[in-house]
Amino acid sequence: MNIIIVGDGKVGLTLTEQLSKEEHDIVIIDKNPTVLQNSQETFDVMVVPGNGASRQVLLEAGAENADLVVAATSADEINLLCCLTAKKLGCTHTIARVRNPEYAEQLVFLKDELGLSMVINPEATAAREMFQILQFPSFLNRDRFAKGRVEIVELKVEKGCTIVGKYLHELHDNAKVKVLVCAVERGDQVYIPSGNFKIEEGDKIHVTAETQNLTKLIHYLGIPLPKMRDVVIVGGSRLGYYLAAMLIQSGVKVKIIEIDYQRCLQLSELLPKALIINGDGCQQKLLNEEVYGKADAVISLLNIDEVNLVISMYAKKLGVPKVIAKIDRIEYMNVFKNFAEDSLISPKNLICNDVLRYVRAVSNSEEGSMLTLYRLVNNQVEAIEFLAGRDTYYLDVPFSKVPMRPNLLIVSIRRDDRTIFPNGDDCIQLGDRVVVVTTENNRFYELNDIFLS
Amino acid sequence: MNLRMVSLLIGKILLIELITFAPPTAISLYCGEAQAVKAFVITMILLALTGFTLCCARPKVKAFYAAEGFVVTALSWLAISFFGAIPFYLSGAIPNPVDAFFEAVSGFTTTGASILSDVEALPKGLLYWRSFTHWLGGMGVLVFLLAIISFGGGGGYSLHLLRAESPGPNVGKIMPKLRQGALMLYMIYIALSVTEVIFLLLGGMPLFDSLCTMFGTAGTGGFSIKNASMAAYPSAYLQNVVTVFMALFGINFSVFFLILTRDFAQVLHDEELRCYLGIIVVSVLLIAPNIHSLYDSWGQAFHHAAFQVSSIITTTGFATADFNIWPEFSRTILILLMFIGASAGSTGGGMKVSRLIICLKSAAKEISRMLHPKAVRVIRMNQKALDTRVVRGVNVFMTIYFFTAALSFLLISLDNFGMITNFTAVISCLNNIGPGLEFVGPTGNFGHFSNFSKLVLSADMLLGRLEFFPLLILFGPSTWRRKKQPKIR
Repeated sequence: MNIIIVGDGKVGLTLTEQLSKEEHDIVIIDKNPTVLQNSQETFDVMVVPGNGASRQVLLEAGAENADLVVAATSADEINLLCCLTAKKLGCTHTIARVRNPEYAEQLVFLKDELGLSMVINPEATAAREMFQILQFPSFLNRDRFAKGRVEIVELKVEKGCTIVGKYLHELHDNAKVKVLVCAVERGDQVYIPSGNFKIEEGDKIHVTAETQNLTKLIHYLGIPLPKMRDVVIVGGSRLGYYLAAMLIQSGVKVKIIEIDYQRCLQLSELLPKALIINGDGCQQKLLNEEVYGKADAVISLLNIDEVNLVISMYAKKLGVPKVIAKIDRIEYMNVFKNFAEDSLISPKNLICNDVLRYVRAVSNSEEGSMLTLYRLVNNQVEAIEFLAGRDTYYLDVPFSKVPMRPNLLIVSIRRDDRTIFPNGDDCIQLGDRVVVVTTENNRFYELNDIFLS
Repeated sequence: MNLRMVSLLIGKILLIELITFAPPTAISLYCGEAQAVKAFVITMILLALTGFTLCCARPKVKAFYAAEGFVVTALSWLAISFFGAIPFYLSGAIPNPVDAFFEAVSGFTTTGASILSDVEALPKGLLYWRSFTHWLGGMGVLVFLLAIISFGGGGGYSLHLLRAESPGPNVGKIMPKLRQGALMLYMIYIALSVTEVIFLLLGGMPLFDSLCTMFGTAGTGGFSIKNASMAAYPSAYLQNVVTVFMALFGINFSVFFLILTRDFAQVLHDEELRCYLGIIVVSVLLIAPNIHSLYDSWGQAFHHAAFQVSSIITTTGFATADFNIWPEFSRTILILLMFIGASAGSTGGGMKVSRLIICLKSAAKEISRMLHPKAVRVIRMNQKALDTRVVRGVNVFMTIYFFTAALSFLLISLDNFGMITNFTAVISCLNNIGPGLEFVGPTGNFGHFSNFSKLVLSADMLLGRLEFFPLLILFGPSTWRRKKQPKIR
């Protein structure tokens, strides 16, 4: 596909990296020649310096023949204008990043007129993700499939957990709930396990389960389930606002620590039910005062990754049961995953997943197409949900008789109102929602890609 | 320095060279040239051994930075020249190994300077190989490598290879993917080459001669298979075809790409193209009246002036007339043209027209700054502001260019030839032209020089073709410094 990425910032760069890995033809537009130079030397892309909302620049980047324009500059207005211009020039699909909460609502209403295929809002997406984690704080991550009825949750196997030292096939036999371990992260290695895989202490496992069974699963595993009643958010950015609004609506008490007084006033106006504290979230004294013994969770959303990590570590030391940190540099995830069992959330990474799913779905036929795409374990594993269509091969053939590619696992099938955790006797039927987990070496665009041709 | 990656790439390039040895071997077999066949086969065996050994390297990381790009470029050009010289030596056609190396370097760098006094005595296979090195060296072996292998997985690193090998101050991409871009360049190159062969065949030139002439024109090299160069084909039609195609191959290839994408407006406003064509026209108009007295008619004078101007400015070096005997004014114009050279991004050598434009513009800018010390002016080219790094790069290039020329001039003056001979020999090698004036003029050759001078001139040719930096970087100690790195987990 011919893709134009406007804005070579954090999101633009992450998208470039991933999309160029998938061998798309990419042109990047940015005002700053230095970052362009950098991108051009690191990735196989073409760069055009200039304003992405200008017709001339878009023409130079080949917008008439482009399949997709992703506008991810820092200004919402430029992004919208850019998409509008690109659409008018003949570009097929456009994606705009719109972050301002004030615009976010009216976009539903403007989307068609502006010809937007998709609107991405990293902060809102990240807030939703964090909110979901706070619902079940025992999990490090939750990814939802089948309209939220099936999930893949990530959890760390601690000492005293009932499944330590057990083989996976035992797990299936003993569990009272239907679960399937679909990926195991051990040290630097990632395994897509078979039944003969033995769980060890310290593993991070990704488990598929039905959403309604998550509580049972936690009981079975013997993991404590702390209740989230008081949440402290450090940093009152847009992301903080989105998250606080969601938490307040679900009845959680929210305390926001923000350093800028003017912003505090704004937040206080926007969120009457939240307690806004004007202070520096990095100060341990303030944290002692506001967090120690009072908070069930601390979420650090400052703009500097390092500070977020330090705040998380300190909160952990104060005995806060759940900490979540926002991370923009994905590299840091590698460094910190061994220190903390915190949840690390990267807004741009989440957005990247969304765009990637869109790109793969567009570059492919409608039937058997991709519904959801999540990337787990530092993007080394992909969990993809497909819809089985009429042209899917091997419909109604038991899996034991179907030739499949190595390194993949069909983790769940949603059929009518049931969820099936399949074994060799099950099969894919028309209209099924199939979730497949695979390593990044396999790249699936449609359901038929999982079969050996 | 990622040595494994460097070794892998050089290995691949040698294997490409191995394949290109097939046609000349076949020609020698067909013509029954036993010595040449033997030489070719031995070279191919050596290439296969070295190439496959180097390809055994399994790079742990594929990361590839500017330093690696330069080193690969420099080393691979040295390697292909070395192996390209072996058949000349082994077949006994050129008994002196230094001469053989000079001839091969001259071929690959598309210089066309020869040490042979009797070209026609060479076996056909070797003649073909000698000319074919021009074609391969013209667009560049690394560009060819980039066109056929995919670096995969978001490898923008390969841009460093293109930058190191392609001539011009500001090498960019014409398409989003480097591989497609390289492929497109070669497609244009091949299409133009085939067209030329067809035109030559229509003029009654034998197939073998057409191919070799085309190789010389396309690469803007200038090796001819006749002692009298293009004068051996007295047909004005054939000479005119070559004149036009030399000029075409001296145009930036991205102009052809723009024509293919029907972006004519941009082609018409391309400053370098206008300037390049302008220089050709003006030079012809100046030379033709000056040499009129030497020829029978105005037509003849214009014909020879056009051919020579086109041949010199594109740094090809074919000749239809001995311009050594032309009046001083015409000779001087030709020497000036030698400096200018062809357009950036073409197969030609020299300083490049775009560098000349940038130099003049930056000189104008500095002068205006003397008048208005606080003036702010950016240098523009094709209606776009030029990055200051490009302008700085051009200035550095010019400095190195003149110092290299001066040093080589000093070194070869040890041979005690005349000023003009030495000067034009250095200029013609450094700019990849071929013939100079006096002893090294169109009818002379470089055979008289000592081995030492030949090595200096060979180095000049390589420096000129790769535009200095890749080769110079080879001698930088920090290029090779290696530190034991702890394994990154």
